[in-house]
Amino acid sequence: MTDSAQTFEQPESFAFSSENVARVEAIISKYPDGWHASAVMPLLDLAQRQHDGWLPRAAMDHVADILAMPPIRVYEVATFYTMYNLNLIGQHHVQVCTNLPCWLNGSDGVVGACKKSLGINFGATTEDRMFTLSEVECLGACVNAPMMQINDDTYEDLDSVTTETILEDIKAGRRPKPGSQTGRHSCEPVGGLTSLAHQANLKAQIEGTS
Amino acid sequence: MVTLTINDNEIEVPHGRSVLQACEQVGIEIPRFCYHERLSIAGNCRMCLVEMERSPKPVASCAMPVADGMVIHTNTPAVQKMRKGVMEFLLINHPLDCPICDQGGECDLQDQAMGYGFDRSRYEGNKRAVEDKYMGPLIKTMMTRCIHCTRCIRFATEVAGVPELGATGRGEEMEVGTYVGKALSSELSGNMIDLCPVGALTSGPYAFTARSWELKNVESIDILDAVGSNIRVDYRGPEVMRVLPRLNEEVNEEWISDKSRFAYDGLKRQRLDQPYVRHEGKLQPASWPEAFEAVAAALKGADTDAVAAIAGDLADCEAMTALKDLMTAIGSPHLDCRQDGAQLDPSVRAGYIFNTTIAKIEQANACLLIGTNPRREAAVLNARLRKRSVMGEFPVGLIGPRADLTYDYEYLGDNVSGLAKIAAGRHGFSKVLKNVERSMLIVGQGALARDDGAAILAFVRRVAESRGMINKSQGWNGFNVLHTAAARVGGLDLQFVPGKGGLDTNGILDGASSGRIKVVYLLGADEINTERLGDAFVIYQGHHGDAGAHRADVILPGAAYTEKNATYVNTEGRVQLARLAVFPPGKARADWTILRALSDVLGKTLPYDNLRQVRARMVEINANFMNVDEAMAAPWGEFGEAGEVSNQAFTSPVENFYMTDPISRASATMAKCKDIFVNGSEKTGTDG
Repeated sequence: MTDSAQTFEQPESFAFSSENVARVEAIISKYPDGWHASAVMPLLDLAQRQHDGWLPRAAMDHVADILAMPPIRVYEVATFYTMYNLNLIGQHHVQVCTNLPCWLNGSDGVVGACKKSLGINFGATTEDRMFTLSEVECLGACVNAPMMQINDDTYEDLDSVTTETILEDIKAGRRPKPGSQTGRHSCEPVGGLTSLAHQANLKAQIEGTS
Repeated sequence: MVTLTINDNEIEVPHGRSVLQACEQVGIEIPRFCYHERLSIAGNCRMCLVEMERSPKPVASCAMPVADGMVIHTNTPAVQKMRKGVMEFLLINHPLDCPICDQGGECDLQDQAMGYGFDRSRYEGNKRAVEDKYMGPLIKTMMTRCIHCTRCIRFATEVAGVPELGATGRGEEMEVGTYVGKALSSELSGNMIDLCPVGALTSGPYAFTARSWELKNVESIDILDAVGSNIRVDYRGPEVMRVLPRLNEEVNEEWISDKSRFAYDGLKRQRLDQPYVRHEGKLQPASWPEAFEAVAAALKGADTDAVAAIAGDLADCEAMTALKDLMTAIGSPHLDCRQDGAQLDPSVRAGYIFNTTIAKIEQANACLLIGTNPRREAAVLNARLRKRSVMGEFPVGLIGPRADLTYDYEYLGDNVSGLAKIAAGRHGFSKVLKNVERSMLIVGQGALARDDGAAILAFVRRVAESRGMINKSQGWNGFNVLHTAAARVGGLDLQFVPGKGGLDTNGILDGASSGRIKVVYLLGADEINTERLGDAFVIYQGHHGDAGAHRADVILPGAAYTEKNATYVNTEGRVQLARLAVFPPGKARADWTILRALSDVLGKTLPYDNLRQVRARMVEINANFMNVDEAMAAPWGEFGEAGEVSNQAFTSPVENFYMTDPISRASATMAKCKDIFVNGSEKTGTDG
């Protein structure tokens, strides 16, 4: 991100909506006096959610203003973390992991399906501004690799077919079920229990105590 | 004290030092890029790695505090290998453009690559390229060369107090800049050029004009404000190529303001390089004898009581001595060095100097600013105030125009009523001043250069006394006058003030308007209203064709501060010497020699023929001139005059930091700064 790389239009101003103003206060109150600047990350996230998934400069300035920080300190944070989008972004942000575990389990197929279904490459947004496709580093669901994240939901145990189905569902306005697409519960072993199998009622025990 | 072993030598260092400082103490040089004594520790360049026994990994010596029993090695093969490795990593993305880089020859990276690096590159990939950033007209950027030491970021945030620089992006995408592409709004931004260990930030005006090894230098002092920052003037042949700061812990540490650093191009413009005499309303070039004859003729026709002299802001002490002696010889008491009309009392030295001294600001515990904006009037001194403020527990009160001073202050109004509340103890800040040990106040020319200045001065003195700022037993004097002119304290020390029955600046100008004063000698006085000179015959001696020269009937071309050996006294009363770097242009001469030659023509020959004799005469007038480079404490006394004070708001005498004197007004660089910072015609990021 460089100074002059912003070729799209930046809004003139940004302000939190009234319900978000209450959230802002709640977030700031979590931090002790004098350390309110620590709230910069949740506030940026809130601003990004309010502003169609991306952070305009005005929003960063506004957050800086609220927290009495120099704006550059906010820009530093916002440019450091990849979860803050500083460019226009589609309504659905499709982030596909291509790190080693996902790749070994066939992320190439997932990527191919995304590109085919959306008709765009990595880093691009569809013309109708519905989808943005990104290649990302590990999102921490390696155990169910390969996976992708669409906005706040992760879709795991993918292959090209399930990927395409998910995207088609979203295009059709449906909300596909997040999590494993092969039907396994959470991240349990694919082929049933391999250890502690003699404790057949382990699951029941755990659920009973929690 | 902590005892540790460095390279088999056991040494003792004070608690809290870093390993790097301990090494320096015993003369071991540790290479470094990010570490700087005056900035916070970042520890990100890794160049200072050393081996520490019982530590599995090398430690960054700049960030490792010393501890008892530490055993450090700085010269093992492992350390050498580390340095080589770090250098190699730093050079992966650093361009090999030293031949076209202005930092070449004085570059930390270049030097350390020679000293510690590898003699060839093993890297075959593409080097990264970074877009250059716009940082204003003074700093030229070449961000591909940046090694991310973050010194500039830390300087802007910590010392300059303008947190506008930052590192955006991460990893290989990390870039140093303002993100929004605006000029850095600091009067000290030029110091980042010195701090930058590579050629990422270089001087804009100096770009491609010289190589460092072609330059000769002299150690001098800056006179564009009253701080008297110590500078090094780099010159090549007859031309001043650049101005750099010189270390003086007592005055400017190692910073100078942007005006001190970049106004030097004004030394080449608008210069008076030969005498002029006005014939038929037009200034005509003349020879020295012709000019002197014209002066002699004018003086002959005038009563001795109708002759007056005003010394300007850049006048040196030698010239003022000569002019004062000449005026005495002529028999006129009308002379003044306070061309702004400041009602300073020349009889008590403590009443017109910065008694606390700049370095001791760090020992003060509270400060009251009256009618001053130190950021504009003395940027380097303001950095010292900020330094003290950052240390904590330093309440500052301001009576005067509101301004961003880069530190927090309590606003106490803009006129004398705020001061009255403090004096009467009716304001919370009054107690603050009273209760802390070692409090200080700074009164600016904005409060003194007005009709009721003398009364305000007396008022401020009483505030200082009643709030316990003057503590003789502790040797603490918290009363400070902040000057804006380098010549002022020197002039007052030399008693370049009206003699018995003499007129001050206002009186002289009124006299000239009314026709009572027939001849006015302006020694570089440009900041007066020249229209008030009326029909008087005006002799202007100075180095720039500024306001005074335009009005003059005779112009005697003098030397600028880089062209003469001259004495100046800074606002603290510190006597310092400016030294000749280049010769004055054309027929111009050092100022005291002009007056000495003129005195001969007038038949009132001054009794000195060389600089030593002039300086002896200065010491005769005021013994302080013996103590070069020292700020001598002045005894407290009564000064100022009781009287009515008006409720008129205080203003700062410096509206435009970048143009305050004939030199900076002639500077194209300063004109650019004025457009951007004062008039606010900022470029946007895409222009840069």
